[in-house]
Amino acid sequence: MMIVFFFQSKNVRRRKKLITVDGLSKSFKVAKRSSGLRQAVKGLFYREHSIVEALNDISFSIEPGEIVGYIGPNGAGKSTTIKIMSGILVPDRGTCNIMGYTPWKERASFVKHIGVVFGQRSQLWWDVPVIDSFELLRDIYKIPQNEYQDNLDLLIETLDLQSLIHSPVRQLSLGQRMRCEIAASLLHSPKILFLDEPTIGLDAVSKIAVREFIKRINKEKGVTVILTTHDMNDIEALADRVILIGKGRLLFDGNLNELRKDFGTHKTITVDYREDHNPFEILGTTMISWSPERAILSLDTEQVKISDVISSLSSKVDLLDVTIEAQPIEEIIVGLYKEFQI
Amino acid sequence: MGLYFKYLLILFKSQMEYRTSFWLLTIGQFLIPFSMFAGLYFLFERFGQIKGWTFYEVALCFAIIHMAFALSECFARGFDSFSSLVASGSFDRVLVRPRSTIVQVMGSKFEFTRIGRLLQSLIVLIWALNNLSIEWSSMKVVTIILMIISGVFIFTGIFILAATMCFWTIQGLEVVNIFTDGGREMAQYPLNIYQKWVTKFFTFVIPFGCVNYLPLMYILDKTEGKAYLYMLSPVLGIIFIIPCLLVWKIGVRHYRSTGS
Amino acid sequence: MKPYVSVLKLRLLNGMQYRSAALAGVATQFFWGFMYIMIFEAFYSETVHSQPLSLKEIITYLWLQQSFLAFIMLWFRDNELFDLITTGNIAYELCRPCEIYGFWYSKLLAQRLSSAILRCFPILLVAYLLPQPYKMTLPPSVLTFVLFLFALIFGLLLLVSISMFIYISVFLTMSPIGSLLLFGVIGEFFSGLTIPIPLMPAWLQTVAYFLPFRWTADFPFRVYSGNIPQNEALIGIVIQIIWLVLLVWLGRIAFNKALRKVVVQGG
Repeated sequence: MMIVFFFQSKNVRRRKKLITVDGLSKSFKVAKRSSGLRQAVKGLFYREHSIVEALNDISFSIEPGEIVGYIGPNGAGKSTTIKIMSGILVPDRGTCNIMGYTPWKERASFVKHIGVVFGQRSQLWWDVPVIDSFELLRDIYKIPQNEYQDNLDLLIETLDLQSLIHSPVRQLSLGQRMRCEIAASLLHSPKILFLDEPTIGLDAVSKIAVREFIKRINKEKGVTVILTTHDMNDIEALADRVILIGKGRLLFDGNLNELRKDFGTHKTITVDYREDHNPFEILGTTMISWSPERAILSLDTEQVKISDVISSLSSKVDLLDVTIEAQPIEEIIVGLYKEFQI
Repeated sequence: MGLYFKYLLILFKSQMEYRTSFWLLTIGQFLIPFSMFAGLYFLFERFGQIKGWTFYEVALCFAIIHMAFALSECFARGFDSFSSLVASGSFDRVLVRPRSTIVQVMGSKFEFTRIGRLLQSLIVLIWALNNLSIEWSSMKVVTIILMIISGVFIFTGIFILAATMCFWTIQGLEVVNIFTDGGREMAQYPLNIYQKWVTKFFTFVIPFGCVNYLPLMYILDKTEGKAYLYMLSPVLGIIFIIPCLLVWKIGVRHYRSTGS
Repeated sequence: MKPYVSVLKLRLLNGMQYRSAALAGVATQFFWGFMYIMIFEAFYSETVHSQPLSLKEIITYLWLQQSFLAFIMLWFRDNELFDLITTGNIAYELCRPCEIYGFWYSKLLAQRLSSAILRCFPILLVAYLLPQPYKMTLPPSVLTFVLFLFALIFGLLLLVSISMFIYISVFLTMSPIGSLLLFGVIGEFFSGLTIPIPLMPAWLQTVAYFLPFRWTADFPFRVYSGNIPQNEALIGIVIQIIWLVLLVWLGRIAFNKALRKVVVQGG
């Protein structure tokens, strides 16, 4: 009996995974386009194809309430993964279990539980007031009236939509439109929100507003968020967890801090000193720029210690000010891409 | 089906934002079949008859097919302009919503301006029926309604087939116009005026004959043999849509396994 | 002149790229050609009187219509120009160092030329090789053919000048398709595309001869088949030129007036 009790509590303690993706693979046939008249004529009769492996054996799992940043260079397979997880595409191999559903198999009953925002494509009707689109969505998703009203009130308040909802979408700015898009995707209380490039093209104020909102609904409503983006500031602001995909393969799955620790080893030192017209070199560092009053150096903390560099510097110049900066996340990612050759 | 009407409402509101355009287009949609009908009228003025059919008989044929076409253009406009839906990636949005793809695509567009064409063909219908001496019975009224409904189903089926082609290729869709616009132009005249192989194709492959020639004979009391067979022939036209829907489902499956 | 010629060349080369669309278009046009021929066959089969156009002449008329459709139909969409008007971006065009009317005229001309060149040869070739009665006949003499070519070219120039008025009307209506539809329907009817003009009742023919539309299609095609005799053809060509000059002159005035209005409003 005690043994049974032991097994039970262990299971109860381990939270149930919301999303499990295992061995997902997907290839596309891409027609080869060639130029020149001869090839064009040939092309009329038969098309040469090359096979592009968009996804190769992708596996990960996500627990409820996480915010996951899904990053990678263009063509890495990010949108393909999102399309499979939202039930649009059918993979060649592998399984995917989201809340007990296989997305592409039970499409109509599954998609009730998810919200999707495609950054560049709108889901709202263009020429009518936003509120009309919302009401049609209520009918499409069969949302009970009181649930709809509660969600609507909350969304209007937190996204500051009151002045917008009676305007046609075509009259809104991009930032205003995106706020409405996000609201539209949450009307039916989905448990999972897929965001595909949500802050693309937005001004700084709107970006911050969108990020704040995502953090809030994640905290207050427990919505699991999966976010693909090229803006690393989004990732820094939102994601506890980062999954990096490149050329169809999963390359990194872990914490943002882990990412920094493992790959972000470069630091930039900016030194201001009393006028010295002799350029200098410090072993183990690269001089990015030099002037008689200021020098900027980059160093790899795995190869040389910061304290050593500073002592060398103080022996060469009369130090006035020293600033040490961590590598910006963008650079870390670029370095990562280089290292993985993607 | 309540959902479909909600779609219509939002589309109507959208189009009402562009009022001048709406009226110009509606008038244009009236004038197009009107000018075709005028051409028909003048040709008959000169030639008197065509292969045994009089002007008003052909006018009846004309009216029915144009009404069917106008109605189907209204309803199936989403399929007619499906290529832009796929090209813009909006079909992905359709797949993420918990409703059938057919209802959503049909709800994506409704061409209200085709009312112009509908009105014109209605006027011709009334005019033609007035001038034909038909022995009316309730069965004949049913037949006319069936003919129009059948025509709507046939044209809608063709639009669905054309839209399904977009899953494989965006090019070459102009050829489909042969069956929609071309089919409509052909079926304006009773099909037996054409060469035999044309009549056969448009009876058995794309069943315009069930809308045009066979029931027409019944209404004008030109039938020999079992009258009710002629009367029920429009039903074959309605059935035409079933294989079209199946092909659509195959198309959606293809899209979902190959991406776009 | 030079910028107009280079626009013409550029657009022409651009248009020639659309080969697969042209192929599909050719197939469609054969269908329409055959269909109309069959309809007229049915009409002519039991007629007793002689008609102003014989069946053979009608068949030639129909094939010429299909081959040179780009030269005769007003319904030709150029979304680029429409968008310039409706969005007000036309203000940018004003910054160019040549007159917009001529610029757009060259563009439209080139589009129609490229579309026609791609399609007319296959259609004509097959039409000549068809069996009777669908076959297209050769013109009765070389002189007739030369006259036909002149009539065709002037017809095209005339058509483009008429189509400029469509764009001018869009300045008023802001509805490209609306304007296009109305012009298209009326223009096509009166150029003989719906029913050949000689087959219209007398009163309607008078109206048609009064309007410029017939000089684009009806006139050149009947010159080809000899239905219009050679001396009449020569006079006709002169009338084409007069219409052309008149419409270009009026068109430029109206166009510049409309432009000025746009600039004043601020686009």
